[in-house]
Amino acid sequence: MEKQLQVSAIKDGTVIDHIPTKALFKVIKILQLEECSQMITFGNNLDSKAMKSKAIIKIANRFFADEEVNKIALVAPNAKLNTIRDYEVIEKRVVKTPKEIFGIVSCFNPKCITNVENIKTRFEVLSKKPITMKCFHCEKITNENEMTYL
Amino acid sequence: MQTKSLISITDFTKEEYLKIMRLAADFEENPNQNLLQGKVIATLFFEPSTRTRLSFETAINRLGGKIIGFSDSSSSSVSKGETLHDTIKMVSNYADLIIMRHPMEGSARYASEVSNVPVINAGDGANQHPSQTLLDMYSIMKTQGRLDNINLFLVGDLKYGRTVHSLLMAMLQFDNPIFNFIAPAELAMPNEYKLLLASKGIKYYEHDEFTDIINAADIIYMTRVQKERFIDPVEYEKVKNIYILRNEMLKGTKENMRILHPLPRINEIHTDVDDNPKAYYFTQAKNGVYARMAIIAHLLNLK
Repeated sequence: MEKQLQVSAIKDGTVIDHIPTKALFKVIKILQLEECSQMITFGNNLDSKAMKSKAIIKIANRFFADEEVNKIALVAPNAKLNTIRDYEVIEKRVVKTPKEIFGIVSCFNPKCITNVENIKTRFEVLSKKPITMKCFHCEKITNENEMTYL
Repeated sequence: MQTKSLISITDFTKEEYLKIMRLAADFEENPNQNLLQGKVIATLFFEPSTRTRLSFETAINRLGGKIIGFSDSSSSSVSKGETLHDTIKMVSNYADLIIMRHPMEGSARYASEVSNVPVINAGDGANQHPSQTLLDMYSIMKTQGRLDNINLFLVGDLKYGRTVHSLLMAMLQFDNPIFNFIAPAELAMPNEYKLLLASKGIKYYEHDEFTDIINAADIIYMTRVQKERFIDPVEYEKVKNIYILRNEMLKGTKENMRILHPLPRINEIHTDVDDNPKAYYFTQAKNGVYARMAIIAHLLNLK
């Protein structure tokens, strides 16, 4: 069978691979790619040996610092980043769950002040798999299945 | 700006707990000290709490400070829709210290981020009320002469009761505490605290009713079992009388044992206990003034 790229290659930029299919648009939102003026191609529901089905995003001429990309760990904990220069992968990185998470998710506690006033949420990550986070403000613990993305 | 606030009981170190104990004893001996002369303290009670407010305001008055503030949000600009952020920003321009109670959890932590002056959390919803814990500790210190090696019985609502969780966290800083939890299954001590105790090798025992084991207690800390906490009202009816402490149950208890309660009491301590010298809850409330004087003096570096 002829092997062919399902999403066209980029010359320079970043490829984010192994994104869960359901997380694709959350990743786009978290990385604020709506506001990115560079060429972006993405594919969803692509075949994957490891995940059966996955999403991929290719962003031309855009490179990410670790702390920037680690923000997507909440939704795509197994995502891999390939940095591309002149069509070659020059660096491979895996996403790491940060110790603290700013913004991105809301506190599940309806009585938390962050759900009432315009406050950037802040969480301490207590465990990574599954993710549990303690709200810096109300001190309640939000679990992975209770997370709502801002 | 770097100011020291008291939002959660864990904001203080063991050394700070001990300093508060020393200062509280000093204030109890000499209750009128003009340390706050020329200072303005704001007491912002976004929800009413007469007992806590009066205790803090007594502490401020004894220290010679002036008070500004409100006792419920209907009499403040909050009723016009002002945000907590703006209220705190404004008040922190006026006062040297802010003492606040607010129904939303995390509100006091947020206020401490916004404020230029120290903030004391006088209760943020069901979250924290650290001055209560410090007065509880002061009461233990006064009646037992120590905070180490205390056999502490926590009774009633151990699931939602913020005072018992904070007291447990604070007592972990001292040597060899023993915890006994007496609660109905619905209101049992949450697992996270039991796991924490286990991880530190600290002994705890769980009981679902009072037994002769209370004879081993140094402190019995009573809390209220609230009807609204039960999903099934039948369950409440079954347990409501189990967690009532009566005078006859105290016969075999230790001489040094004292009964504490954060108050208000409803019926969980029978009034026939009140005349027993082991009943300490009203003196405990009085200790609150000295503990709060100590907290204020510590945060403002007056002592």
